[in-house]
Amino acid sequence: MSDSCAIKLVQVWTRFGDKLIHQDINLCLPHGEILGLVGASGCGKTTLLRELIGLQQPSQGDIYVMGQSLLNAADYKRQLRTNCGMLFQKGALFSALSVFENIAFPLRELGFNETKLITRLVLMKLESVGLSQQDARLKPADLSGGMIKRVALARALILEPSLLLLDEPTAGLDPIASQDFVNLLSNLHQELAFTVVMVTHDLDILRDLCTQIAVLADRHLVAYGTLAEVMNGEHPFIAQFFHNQRAKRVFQ
Amino acid sequence: MLLSSAPLIELIHLDNGLYCAHLSGTWTVRTLVDQATINQQISQYLTKPNLSWDMRSVTALDSVGTLLLWQAWGECLPTSLQLKPEHRPRFARWQTQVIDDISAPHTLSYARLSQGLQLVMAGVVAQLVAFFILLGQLVLDSFYVVRYPNRMPWAEISRAIYDAGVRALGITALVGFLIGIVLSYLSALQLKMFGAEIYIINILGLSIIRELGPLLAAILVAGRSGSAMTAQIGIMRVTEELDALSAMGISHSLRLVLPKVFALAVAMPLLSVWTSSMALCGGMFSAQDTLDINYQQFFQRLPDAVPLSNVLIGLGKSMVFGLVIALVACYYGFRIQPNTVSLGNQTTNSVVAAITLVIMIDAVFAILFMNTGMP
Repeated sequence: MSDSCAIKLVQVWTRFGDKLIHQDINLCLPHGEILGLVGASGCGKTTLLRELIGLQQPSQGDIYVMGQSLLNAADYKRQLRTNCGMLFQKGALFSALSVFENIAFPLRELGFNETKLITRLVLMKLESVGLSQQDARLKPADLSGGMIKRVALARALILEPSLLLLDEPTAGLDPIASQDFVNLLSNLHQELAFTVVMVTHDLDILRDLCTQIAVLADRHLVAYGTLAEVMNGEHPFIAQFFHNQRAKRVFQ
Repeated sequence: MLLSSAPLIELIHLDNGLYCAHLSGTWTVRTLVDQATINQQISQYLTKPNLSWDMRSVTALDSVGTLLLWQAWGECLPTSLQLKPEHRPRFARWQTQVIDDISAPHTLSYARLSQGLQLVMAGVVAQLVAFFILLGQLVLDSFYVVRYPNRMPWAEISRAIYDAGVRALGITALVGFLIGIVLSYLSALQLKMFGAEIYIINILGLSIIRELGPLLAAILVAGRSGSAMTAQIGIMRVTEELDALSAMGISHSLRLVLPKVFALAVAMPLLSVWTSSMALCGGMFSAQDTLDINYQQFFQRLPDAVPLSNVLIGLGKSMVFGLVIALVACYYGFRIQPNTVSLGNQTTNSVVAAITLVIMIDAVFAILFMNTGMP
């Protein structure tokens, strides 16, 4: 049942103390799709993303990733994390390590230790995210915001995961860097065919990249489908987000 | 879905006398972690003449799988290779990849050694200059707040006194009390041998009030509050709070350094008195137990055994210790770069430098006041 979905949420409820964050969220995302998770600030988008990788557990309900439940499945979570790349909002690069070592880190942790193999893989991945081999020597402190995102993406993709989670991938980037990043992600998706779940407020990404959109509002999943389907939703947040002047300009 | 079949390679002897290496299973990063056996097998098979390769049964192939085979094949495709069409482009990237030399040069030469030494010397000089600039700025800030008292950052000072002083009362009391007990027990054994038990009060009084109390308190504060001050300023650098202060035209030294220095200059003498009192209590407790010197005797004899000037020397040097610990902590805090290694290194440097300076200053005080305060 779950195998047709890369990600399946079944009656997910999340509470922080007395505060209810998610109420009865149900969703099935097919393999290879790019899902944009949209919602007002504080509605629990990042929490949902963290639940998908098992960093947090829902208070109630179950989450299936690649056909298996994450509920009380510590071994599977460990296995999943090597098959799942995550790009954090600020990159979360290890500041003490060089770009090269940051990207090589998951490989070494998995057990690879042959220097030549690691070097070639890291440099290939660095080039595939549009950076030069010479950038491998730099430290995260020497990188611009766009470069940090690219290095973080290279690190997230070094194990060629089947699921990629992105938390606001274009936040803090200028429009050109943002567009470059979207193109890059689109090309990598075509090449590697992974499933993507991204939290975003970027209307251009929703239009150009996302094949599915999920809208969280008032603790519920109020709409889920293609952009056209979601825009027909009747929830007030959808009207505010998808039918304002700027959104109209972007979607036209 | 995450479960994958292991990568398999087997040698098939064909009817025409030739060999074929038949690959199957999943050749991906997660299944190839233990590549030693696979590499060994491939190397063995490569010795066969006219070997052909059949990869049509490979279910999944990623960059690691292709690179492993590419390297084993001597960085070229075998002349006889059968594979799925979707897998062929994966080898193309290794064909076109050119590796730059990204390693740092490792050659050791006299010129590089000399250059390194020059850099170290320049670094030391730059550190000294930066330290004296901070000190000078602190002096200027002090004059400024004397001239404009309403600009004195009282809230920050009060907070720093609470953090560095009040919250250190517990640990200084415990350490002081225990040191008092240890010192009293060890001295009692020696004094008993000479029948000079009563002099335990002189020994404890002088050593604790003049030396151990201030020194213990200073070392504890350097380790506890000094490191916290350094890390706090360092984190402010990482989170760009220092830049925010600069952008608002607020002096770092006035808002961050002066309150800490002032607070420790006030709190250290008080902590020193507190630590000394606790150490004396510990000593007194132990003296009663081992030498039968009761509390009343102890209190009566202590003022005669320890002239007031010793208390003043202890207070004076505690104040200097406080100034130095805070100044060193702030100096190293401002040197922190926005990365985790620098944060750790500079916090360690701050504590080591502060404790070393405290001991050096203590030695200077001991020499300067060698003829003062002896009964």
